[in-house]
Amino acid sequence: MSKRRTLSLERKKEIYGVLFVTPWLLGFVLLMVIPFVQSLQFSFHKLTLNSEGYSLQYVGLENYRNIFFVDAWYVRSLTEAVTVMALNVPLIIFFSLFTATLLVQKFKGRMLARAIIFLPVVLASGVIAKLDNGNFLAQMIGSASTDMEGNYSGLRSIELRPLLFQAGLSRDIVEYLTSAVDRIYQIISSSGVQILIFLAGLQSISPSLYEAAKMEGATGYEAFWKITFPMISPLILTNVVYTIIDSFYDNKMTQMIQDAAFGRLDFGVSSAMSWIYFLVISIILVVSTYLISKRVFYYD
Amino acid sequence: MEAETKVKGRISDSALVRAATSWYDRHSPVEKAKHWLWIFIRTVLIVGICFIILYPIITKLSIALRDKQDMFDATVVWLPRHFTLDNIKIVMGYLKYSESVTNTLLLSLGTSLLQLASCALAGYGFARLKFRGSAILFGVVIFTIVVPPQTIMVPTYLHYRFFDVFGLYHLFTGKDGVNLLESFWPFFISSGLAMGLKNGLYIYIFRQFFRSLPKDLEEAAYVDGAGIPGTFARVMLPNAVPAIATVMLFSFIWQWNDSYFVNLFAPNYTLLARMLDLLPGAVRPEYVGGISHTSLYLNTGTLLGILPIFILYLFAQRYFVESIERTGLVG
Repeated sequence: MSKRRTLSLERKKEIYGVLFVTPWLLGFVLLMVIPFVQSLQFSFHKLTLNSEGYSLQYVGLENYRNIFFVDAWYVRSLTEAVTVMALNVPLIIFFSLFTATLLVQKFKGRMLARAIIFLPVVLASGVIAKLDNGNFLAQMIGSASTDMEGNYSGLRSIELRPLLFQAGLSRDIVEYLTSAVDRIYQIISSSGVQILIFLAGLQSISPSLYEAAKMEGATGYEAFWKITFPMISPLILTNVVYTIIDSFYDNKMTQMIQDAAFGRLDFGVSSAMSWIYFLVISIILVVSTYLISKRVFYYD
Repeated sequence: MEAETKVKGRISDSALVRAATSWYDRHSPVEKAKHWLWIFIRTVLIVGICFIILYPIITKLSIALRDKQDMFDATVVWLPRHFTLDNIKIVMGYLKYSESVTNTLLLSLGTSLLQLASCALAGYGFARLKFRGSAILFGVVIFTIVVPPQTIMVPTYLHYRFFDVFGLYHLFTGKDGVNLLESFWPFFISSGLAMGLKNGLYIYIFRQFFRSLPKDLEEAAYVDGAGIPGTFARVMLPNAVPAIATVMLFSFIWQWNDSYFVNLFAPNYTLLARMLDLLPGAVRPEYVGGISHTSLYLNTGTLLGILPIFILYLFAQRYFVESIERTGLVG
């Protein structure tokens, strides 16, 4: 009797499982699989809109040839997007881990500090950045009169550069570090979610581990590298993946894809562009996931 | 040390060392100095980071409240000399503020409620109601996070331009698909089907959270005779408040700030993100009488754009931060 009941509950659970997932599954098929296949199809066609829908005309690899050999900007924008990502990801990861270790400690005004540091997550720096980009005239005015707009807080690397050169660092490293200082606002404002993830991870590490290490005479520095770092290394992977996806969400490249489709009504070329873009992102994600996951330590 | 030995001449060397060590252990000056130094450095760092974040906002507030003539006055740095609300009034006109805020509010609230429902269902299904192939499907959920929206942009656009599920509409009416652009339907449909903005992430959050709830809770409900939907609605959901709050806030805010899908699906609708996009064109120097005016209006516009979310955050931030920390965002 009881056996049959549990069996039927299991069965019921399976049926309800399918039911619960159905809305998503429907959405996935209608709004992801079909468009995904169509997009690939469009990239080999010339698409013309007409009153009762659209018609397709097969052009083979013409669209791809177009973006690689005719379009002067595509490859350049793509390289730029990838370069910006490659430069920003390590900085964002480092900064968010650092900030999270600061915020996890107990001090006065901790709630206030957290509230302020997560502000960029909700305020979508996008809106601010976009208007400030179109605001370059205002920046000129600002620097001419009060030096307040545009360059945030005079946080510029003018002093830092000679200092680092004197310290004997190579040119590339100096350029990287100084440009990081110049982009500090961008980096801070795009690391909110990453800080949250790290913070949650840091708080889930059992304090007894630290106590034991302290008893054994470990310094704070050692405790960080021997306990904290391995424990949150899976989150570094999560955050790298998140940061990469986030950085590809809105940039010059996406602007270009959108312009091709709705500016020039060149839907085929736009689809081809987006497919190349998707493949590049996928390769970067797979490679970086593979490289990091080899070093990740899993607790359980 | 020498003076000490002279005064306490009778104390042997070893006793002196012992006293010094015990004093050192009790007061440990080096440790204390390190401690205070760390507190000092930490405070400087945190204040610095907070300053960088708040600086543009404070600047914009200061600029938005000043009169035009203050723009060229080098003695005015933070506090405007000629305090005025004119900029705000004018920019509110450009942005059609009340209309665009109401519309954006309706859109964000609608989509976030729909996303909440569909993602909670899917998350619970993946966490607790395992069926054949559910692990693979969950892998697919993660995959949807990775696909950039641009890749499926053109087909999605055409899909809503000539909306017709499986050709059913054409079959029954003989007409071609319905044009759903310039309405909220594309947003509502994709949210209801858990395919809206970053919905894979929300499903992931819900799944992690439901997995972390104790199994006994469900078992008890089943023993009491509650069905699976009843257990979900009356036992599991009330326990999932942190996850619900996180997803609700994220989906509301990201929809509010989104301009990509708004420009794609409803390019002529009066929504805040779109009106902000249009602002630089509307306040070009030659229209408003000078670069300084343009700058004033753009700054005011940014401020007005973030203001509603800022107010929401003031009330919700405590809950926001705490709930995310308790959600199973950690994998």
